[in-house]
Amino acid sequence: MQTILDTVTYNRAGQKVVSPDYLLFEAPRTKHFMTGSEAVKEAVKRASVDASVSYPITPQSEAAHLIGELWVEGYVGVYFRGESEFGVMSELAGCAMAGARAITTTSGPGTLRAMENFPMWAGTRIPVQLVLMARGVNSPLSIQPDNLEVSFMLDTGCMIWYAENAQDLFDMILAGFVVAEQPDVHVPVVSVVDGFFVSHTREAIMLPPDDIALPPYNPYKAPMPVIDAEVPPGRFLRDPFVMKSNYISYATHASWQWEVRSAIERSRPYAKHYLRGLAEEFGDPEAEILFVACGTAAAQAKEAVRLLEDEGIKARVLKLKTIRPFPTEELIEATKNAKYVFVPEFNVVGWLEREVKSRLYGLSNAEIIGGPRVAGGMTMPAEVIVHEVMKLTGKEVKHVI
Amino acid sequence: MKRRRVNIRMPALGGQGAVTAAHIIATAADYEGYYAVSNPFFGAEKRMAPAESYARIGMEPIFDRGEVVYPDVIMVFHPQVITMGKSYTMPFYSGIKRKGLIIINTEEDLLTEEDKERLEQLDVKVFNFPATKFAIDIAGTELSTNMAMIGALFGAIGVVGVEAIEEGIKSRFLKKFVASGGTASLDSALERKFKKKLELIEKNLNTAKAAYELAQKWAQENGIEAFLPPPPKRVAV
Repeated sequence: MQTILDTVTYNRAGQKVVSPDYLLFEAPRTKHFMTGSEAVKEAVKRASVDASVSYPITPQSEAAHLIGELWVEGYVGVYFRGESEFGVMSELAGCAMAGARAITTTSGPGTLRAMENFPMWAGTRIPVQLVLMARGVNSPLSIQPDNLEVSFMLDTGCMIWYAENAQDLFDMILAGFVVAEQPDVHVPVVSVVDGFFVSHTREAIMLPPDDIALPPYNPYKAPMPVIDAEVPPGRFLRDPFVMKSNYISYATHASWQWEVRSAIERSRPYAKHYLRGLAEEFGDPEAEILFVACGTAAAQAKEAVRLLEDEGIKARVLKLKTIRPFPTEELIEATKNAKYVFVPEFNVVGWLEREVKSRLYGLSNAEIIGGPRVAGGMTMPAEVIVHEVMKLTGKEVKHVI
Repeated sequence: MKRRRVNIRMPALGGQGAVTAAHIIATAADYEGYYAVSNPFFGAEKRMAPAESYARIGMEPIFDRGEVVYPDVIMVFHPQVITMGKSYTMPFYSGIKRKGLIIINTEEDLLTEEDKERLEQLDVKVFNFPATKFAIDIAGTELSTNMAMIGALFGAIGVVGVEAIEEGIKSRFLKKFVASGGTASLDSALERKFKKKLELIEKNLNTAKAAYELAQKWAQENGIEAFLPPPPKRVAV
């Protein structure tokens, strides 16, 4: 459907509307030095965002605060503070149902407080974006990086993407809207980074100019109609027969659950294009030692590959950029020559190890080792990864530290 | 083996500006042409409680994140890090690498014989440097302690020059900068205290420069070579 939104040349902030491909791949970029939180601001600034709702929780508070500054500067249409994370995610859904491009951020306990909303987001087929800055959720309290909460998000029906650093995060936030809003996808996207390791780390990042932005969201291309206050009930309650106890309501519920997951599968080609692949490799492609990791664990594994090289041992990293959809083909391809597959993680349960093992079941002869693993805020020094690898592969450690 | 990365750990007390220092160090190193990353360690920090931040400077892109567990350089911002154990690691030099460097903000020798023996075995040099006294003498405020520490670091490790330090300090104080809500309000308090921002920068620069020269001299006297080769050539963008 051709609408006026397809032909706008300037957005509400007066930025020139450019194609997603131009913004992400072609526009000239300049180097800046900033934190991950500031990178969120820079991405939202170029994303023609209509609405953002916030609630403070460490370590995402700064990112939320900075989106508020964008609202003050006229880059974001609506911005307000919710009464809790549950309120935030509900209100964000309301914004999206009304046809707005909407984004928010949260962390750890905030994610869990809001949890009921995430399957609702997916079932309602709203293409909202959550920037999740992972932190510990267990008692005793930890505000430090730990990505256990991501395991709770995996089966909510949202796409789950995982950024390694500020640059990844910037690009993912922009790509996230583009992919989530495809009419044949149209499910929420959760862009995950490790709290502090990315949010508070200051590093070099390449940014396109800030006078260009994504085309505004066109809600008339949504697979479900936007909310219409003149014709109640609202969008979420438009199929009340689902509430009845009969076989057709069960079947409707089940088929809709399948459809949400199919929508995530349909996001693959778009995500592959806009993220330049669902996974990326680092290190010697022939190496028998393979790390499969995402986020900071991938960063630390890359450092370990360098140290292992000093020890005369070849290794490589398969960094997963998406977890939902899961880069299954990429994983199977990468493990072909692998003898040992290590899955380093920042949580106690090893959710990525489970994912990797279930994908490789019956398909790989490699020994899959869940670890090394740290949690509760602990750092995973590359030296420790190297030590574990040497120990498990029966090699002598010469000069790691 | 030639170093290709300098990992710096800064145990400090809340309020001393170690987070700011890490950011300035990384910005300056980036300006000089190295790869650099900085990050704080946040717990429920408060004034005078242990706080720590980190900077990494290298010859190749840096992926490494989080606490620096195996530092090349440790900058102790306050004597209480040692005397009262206000440190995330015990002893404060745990994990230090061979041929490393420790800069301690102190007017007196705080190390025990055992400490000295262990550090000597690792060929680690210790630079006792009264940064707070230095800051009070030159900038007229102990708030510039972190600037003295930055100057001392670069004077001693010899990889980043005064011009880049100046750039780092200016980019921290002249650009719009948000580290956290708390830091933003601290900044406005600082501004009131110094009346004028530029005056503050001038004082900070003078403090850092004087510390740089002093540390450079110390490094020469102690036969300390530059910690890294010259910066890798990078295309200016």
